[in-house]
Amino acid sequence: MGWQKIAHSFRREIAMKPAPHQVYGIIAALFMVCLPHAEHLPHWVSAVCSFLLIWRFHLAWTGNALPSRWLLISFTVAASAGIAVSFHTLFGRDAGVTLLVLLSSLKLMELRTARDANVVIFLACFIIITNFFYSQSIPTALFMLVTLLAILNGWLAMQASALAWRARLRMAAIMLLQAMPLTLLLFVLFPRVQGPLWGMPQDAWAQSGLSDTMSPGSMSKLSLSDAVAFRVSFDGPPPPQQLLYWRGPVLWDFEGTTWKRGQALLTTVHDLQQVSMPVDYTVTLEPHDKNWLFALDMPTSADVPSRISGDFQLLSRTSVTTRLRYRVHSQLGFQANTEESPALLQRALRLPAAGNPQSRNLAATWRRKLGNDAAIIHAAEQMFHNEGYTYTLEPPLLGNDSVDDFLFHSRKGFCEHYASAFVFLMRAAGIPARVVTGYQGGEYNDLGQYFIVRQSDAHAWSEVWLAGQGWQRVDPTATISPARISTGLSAAVPGSEALPFAARYRSPWLLKLRFNLDLFNYRWNQWVLGYDKERQFAFLTRLGMEEVTWQKMALNLLAGVGILVALFSLLILKRLYAGPRDPAVRLYRRFCRKLARHGYARSDHEGPMDYASRASAALPHKADAIQDITRRYLSIRYESRSDPENLRALRHAVAAFKL
Amino acid sequence: MNHSAQSLQTAIQQIEQIILGKSHQIRLALACLLARGHLLIEDLPGVGKTTLAHVLARTLGLQFARIQFTSDMLPADILGVSVYHRDSSEFRFHPGPVFAQMILADEVNRATPKAQSALLEAMEEHQVTIEGTTHLLPAPFFVIATQNPSFQIGTFPLPESQLDRFLMRIQLGYPDASAERGLLEGRDRREIIATLAPQLTPADLQTLQQQVAKIHVSPALLDYLQAILRHTRESAQYVHGLSPRAGIAMLAASRAWALLQGRSAVLPEDVQAVLPGVVGHRLQGTRDNSLTRGDKLAMELIEAVKIP
Repeated sequence: MGWQKIAHSFRREIAMKPAPHQVYGIIAALFMVCLPHAEHLPHWVSAVCSFLLIWRFHLAWTGNALPSRWLLISFTVAASAGIAVSFHTLFGRDAGVTLLVLLSSLKLMELRTARDANVVIFLACFIIITNFFYSQSIPTALFMLVTLLAILNGWLAMQASALAWRARLRMAAIMLLQAMPLTLLLFVLFPRVQGPLWGMPQDAWAQSGLSDTMSPGSMSKLSLSDAVAFRVSFDGPPPPQQLLYWRGPVLWDFEGTTWKRGQALLTTVHDLQQVSMPVDYTVTLEPHDKNWLFALDMPTSADVPSRISGDFQLLSRTSVTTRLRYRVHSQLGFQANTEESPALLQRALRLPAAGNPQSRNLAATWRRKLGNDAAIIHAAEQMFHNEGYTYTLEPPLLGNDSVDDFLFHSRKGFCEHYASAFVFLMRAAGIPARVVTGYQGGEYNDLGQYFIVRQSDAHAWSEVWLAGQGWQRVDPTATISPARISTGLSAAVPGSEALPFAARYRSPWLLKLRFNLDLFNYRWNQWVLGYDKERQFAFLTRLGMEEVTWQKMALNLLAGVGILVALFSLLILKRLYAGPRDPAVRLYRRFCRKLARHGYARSDHEGPMDYASRASAALPHKADAIQDITRRYLSIRYESRSDPENLRALRHAVAAFKL
Repeated sequence: MNHSAQSLQTAIQQIEQIILGKSHQIRLALACLLARGHLLIEDLPGVGKTTLAHVLARTLGLQFARIQFTSDMLPADILGVSVYHRDSSEFRFHPGPVFAQMILADEVNRATPKAQSALLEAMEEHQVTIEGTTHLLPAPFFVIATQNPSFQIGTFPLPESQLDRFLMRIQLGYPDASAERGLLEGRDRREIIATLAPQLTPADLQTLQQQVAKIHVSPALLDYLQAILRHTRESAQYVHGLSPRAGIAMLAASRAWALLQGRSAVLPEDVQAVLPGVVGHRLQGTRDNSLTRGDKLAMELIEAVKIP
């Protein structure tokens, strides 16, 4: 076929009108790829798109004509104007994606030829990418994989309309599988750009997490969430659960009901004495859009741009808006800031001018009667332990004098109540004290050997400063409910109270399932989403590439792609030109080729006997040899018991056969 | 070569003396008989359909009955009736013409579907049930039905489902010039047939039928057969692909053909020889619906499928 002929047939093919079932396939693909966007598209856009899809389906079903060009143009203009009004722009992620989705649906309305169908299919492929602007979770990836299958199916419906849908899906799946090696190669070797190509920080914003204030109820509300705060893997054996205090914001200022971080500390002295129990670990922190990083009491260094504040918080330079991995070194045994600045100690004693008189009285009484600090702390702990205080997720509401209300009336509280009341009492008794918020404990995933710390592990405790000993952690919750610290939340609160699923149910198989899922998620975050330039370089170095540069990567990438393409081409060629397995058939074919060279070619459907008689008639002097070869071949191939000698004889006969 | 195979060859020669120049069709008819199938002959009146049936019955030593199908025919005319006998005061079954070893159902498409299906059911079941009593048909039981081309007036064409009951459909066609000359010069065919001696016994015939079932079929041949079936199912040329029953029929007919050729195994040529007869009435082209295209479709099918 000449080129012009090919071009002509191609032109005819792409101008062909798609059949209804082909249109359905394309509508289905576009529907699937736009579906996840419905979550954030303006409602009117979702409605318009659904309407267009249904309309197009109806038109294909009834075979009615498509709407006129003028109608479409006015529709397009109106839709673009609508987007411009909704978003105040036509650019940027949200407006751009909305425009893309809307225009793709509109394109369906002028799907008249195979060429239009191809355009819609390529648009659908592009919309797949836009879905990842909004979520990069495993479910999204899986759904997009299924969507890709649907798109391929729609495309195959155009290319090979004779195939049944099952065969099409099978072929689409095979095509996806064949693309896997190339995908993997590109993923591993494609040079990563430093920093995100598209700004997509919004992923993290809706997340709940610790804030820099604490009021009654804020912690217990947080503890209702199953969401993962961070994951930790220790270099050595993990420390015991009771020592896992993940330090977050330290709260200094009390304002009646709420504890606040207050103004930044002037001092940056963070000095640890008599340290013991060093641990090294890696934290993978989920984005929370705040600048603090969590570390075990007390951190001494971390490998990301960060500093340690005067109250031993690990603070990042910037807000954590993407998942962050960092390594920390902590000392679990310590005396912190034994030489504390007087101003800071003063601040650690400050209380509101009025309010909570009963508590102030009690503290004054203790100070008078007991005198020394350690005894006062002990007395407070004893009070919590002996005087009917309970640990609950559902504490009653407190009045304006919240500490009094809690200490002397309700006596029911969550960690924030105890920490708050304890620090109040200490300050009233003249002992410098502060509230520390963060997380306590975590769930050990022994499959992946790491801890999962969830929002439900949020905790608040207190620190007091004692002369000569520095800041010491006192966790009043541990006094009331030791189980909270040693085992976790579910052991500490009554069974009737609402707890997140993950914190409540601990049946072994469910736990294992959850650990498996979380491990998978963890690896996904680490190796797929977190595969950045550093990781890529480290990985390639481990694979044996010396001095990783992007030029080298590009070369390897090209070579890899070349090898893959060559490999697949070979496989296809091999299938096209595969010789038969049966040696008798191979010999017989050789015999046929010999005859064919002299103008007596056997057609594919010609039976060997017919061929033999035709050839014998044309070549009488070779008739015996031809008949002999044919007889032996037929005997081997079609008779029930053929003489084993036959094959050898056939080989000799074919070799000896000459014209 | 054993006794029954020798007798078969003699029988073929004898039939060829009567039906001149139709050697291939005669062998196809015999193959159909040996494969325990029924035969449909479709052609214009007067080309020798009835004569072929006669001569086959005579030569194979089969008891013969002829049913002339007409539009006012009733099932009882074929199957038989129960008649009241006054002396023994009971109903006695009088078997109809269908109770014969070889039946010529002449012009089967002239009868109404009701009468047609009476015969076709008997063909399928090899038995007849009348008033609650089942009567077995004789063995061997072989039906040759003749059919006028369906474009003729006053015909009820057999539906596809009933065509499927016939293992083969053949066409006789006009004789060539030399055969026609022989026909014109010779004596009246009917007189000759009356003088013919049977060459086979029903027992011989049954032995041969058993031998057919034992003809070897190699995996390579099954590959070929399946390639043919697959082609009819995947190609856009046919309205429907061949049914599995058509595949079984093809295999049985090929075996019988191989036996007629004196072979112990089936070769692709055997399949090709019987293929037009077996699939001609089962295939319907998408381009052209006329029945006569069946054979041409079959030839195209042979050419389209590669022998593996």
